[in-house]
Amino acid sequence: MVEGVLQVMESALEARDDKKKKGKPEIDLSDDQIKEIYRAMVLTRALEERGTALQRQGRIGFYIGSWGQEAAQIGSAYALRKDDWIFSAYREAGTALLRGIPVRHLVAQCLGNADDPARGRQMPCHYTFRKANFASVSSPIGTQIIQAAGTGMAMKYRKKDSVCISYFGDGATSSNDFHSGLNFAGVFKAPVIFLCTNNQWAISLPVSKQTASESIAAKAVAYGMPGVRVDGNDVLAVYKVTRDAVERARNGEGPTLIEALTCRMGPHSTADDPTRYGGDREAECWREKDPIERLRHFMEVRNGWTKEDDEKVWEDARGEVARAVSEEERVALPPLNSLFEDVYEKVPPHLVEQRDELLRIHPPKPAKDEGDDYKFP
Amino acid sequence: MPVMNMVTAVNAALRQEMRRDDRVVVLGEDVGVNGGVFRATEGLYQEFGGERVIDTPLTESGIVGAAVGMALYGLRPVPEIQFLDFIYPAFDQVVSEMAKYRYRSGGQYTCPVVLRTPYGGGVRGGHYHSQSTEAYFCHTPGLVVIVPSTPYDTKGLLTAALRGEDPVIFLEPKRLYRATKDEVPDDDYVVPIGKARTVREGSHLTLICYGAMVPVAEEAAAKAAEHDVEVEVIDLRTLVPLDVDAIIESVKKTGRVVILHEAAKTGGFGGEIAALIAERAVDSLEAPIVRVAGYDTPFPYTLEHLYMPDVARVSDAIKKVVEYH
Repeated sequence: MVEGVLQVMESALEARDDKKKKGKPEIDLSDDQIKEIYRAMVLTRALEERGTALQRQGRIGFYIGSWGQEAAQIGSAYALRKDDWIFSAYREAGTALLRGIPVRHLVAQCLGNADDPARGRQMPCHYTFRKANFASVSSPIGTQIIQAAGTGMAMKYRKKDSVCISYFGDGATSSNDFHSGLNFAGVFKAPVIFLCTNNQWAISLPVSKQTASESIAAKAVAYGMPGVRVDGNDVLAVYKVTRDAVERARNGEGPTLIEALTCRMGPHSTADDPTRYGGDREAECWREKDPIERLRHFMEVRNGWTKEDDEKVWEDARGEVARAVSEEERVALPPLNSLFEDVYEKVPPHLVEQRDELLRIHPPKPAKDEGDDYKFP
Repeated sequence: MPVMNMVTAVNAALRQEMRRDDRVVVLGEDVGVNGGVFRATEGLYQEFGGERVIDTPLTESGIVGAAVGMALYGLRPVPEIQFLDFIYPAFDQVVSEMAKYRYRSGGQYTCPVVLRTPYGGGVRGGHYHSQSTEAYFCHTPGLVVIVPSTPYDTKGLLTAALRGEDPVIFLEPKRLYRATKDEVPDDDYVVPIGKARTVREGSHLTLICYGAMVPVAEEAAAKAAEHDVEVEVIDLRTLVPLDVDAIIESVKKTGRVVILHEAAKTGGFGGEIAALIAERAVDSLEAPIVRVAGYDTPFPYTLEHLYMPDVARVSDAIKKVVEYH
């Protein structure tokens, strides 16, 4: 049930050099598709570079990134259709970008301004993009795992062939909701892909302190579903195992647990200092396995990808992020009365009263056309 | 008109809405084949099948978490938590997910889960089958909290809840499940959420209560009437949103208030009501507000009849407040 760690990229290159080699996993992605994947990975990293810098400069309050984990999210999300739902943890911004959510909307969310589709209600990186079937990100760990099972059950009840993917880290496998989520999905054969991004750390705790299980994938056995381990920095391998799991789910064969082995190359968040617990040393030895570097190498060998091609992709990505930041920094905060909206379907009398009190004591200032005095939280 | 108790009223509302709206699904422990431990979902599995009346694994956080996921996809899940005392493993899914999903997504998603659960004592169930902890949920913005006290209101309020867009905690006073009977229309009707009911009119004192305490209040009011004290009994029916106007209007008329609930006194919802009256109608008060509530102990087993407010304790409070000068 749980075997070795699947890798595709290197063996695909070998197979290319040696046409007689057999039994190597095939890659059914066109050159253009591989480039699309690469661009999404680069854009995800470019957003993080800028997000982290904005936090350091005090222009946003917080940022939580996925440095080194771009392959696990992009490779898996690339295996989905648009009607499939994404229940992300807080490190999968790239999956929203891949679905065409404009960078501006992610930046707006981090700024909490009036352009944020979630109306400035959550701290940075806690996105919701209903248009992209991207559910709301929660801070408590694991809550989305059982929700994905419920959505999967609803898809099945509605006789759709859509599926859900639920992302979570190694720390989340200790949570109640991991257990209930996998258990429900197993019992009801819900079309769910559980993708554990095992980045080896839950803030300061290594995975060995999280579980005594020989692997996370091994836990699948107890829930009556297949568990697979994949090199989470090999984007083509992640794509392949996810595609297989999606196919099973669409065919009514139930859920799959995927353990994508990767590494958190940065801190847990901008509020974390990995030197306190040795998290920085381990990250260092993963640098050579950087998933973006690996895919670039692959494309150089297989697709004749050039230095110029690469520079253009990075330039475009960084430019898009820079433009988004400069545009969004001019956008005002959500209006004061929005504080009281969306609590209930209609604003109930007690909230009307509280809203009126706020507007009386803090009357809204006249709108500025430029956000020159805009203060970041 | 058919005569129903609260259990059959719950059942009738669920059946009616499931026939009318294929988004409504029921899930929980033993709710399917067995029809629920209190029989509230009896016959639904046979009529609607296992896809819509779902016997789940035994995990409350799973039941509520799955219901949240179903609601996001457009269904109207009705999870049953077998006893309110068992809800705590699901507390995070209730207060941080179900209650907040609309707000935190900026209204992109709604989460119309109607969570039914029996609450309260009087069934010799010890503290794991008896508590009244509605205040936890009233303290959580985003939740509607409903506590019916009659079969008629039960059907009408549950129907209203199932047709709304808000997440609801629907607390069923299990002590009254089979204790009261009403004529309940077969037709579809709703009792509006957020409206209190004046059970009995009176001009000397306002007695505010809800759920299982309503019959106790009615009996105490009847006894007071024997001594020419006319008590106005108000059944709140909905705690959030609260019918503040109904409370204040009555208090302005009577000037004297007793608040009655089964939940423990400290931090109970009665404190909230007392504060609202103090903020809005202090000039009308002719006596201090008195609360009659469960004691601040864990819910006992053998002595439960002494823990729960009874007619003697309510009568004592009425006397104290009426005689205050």
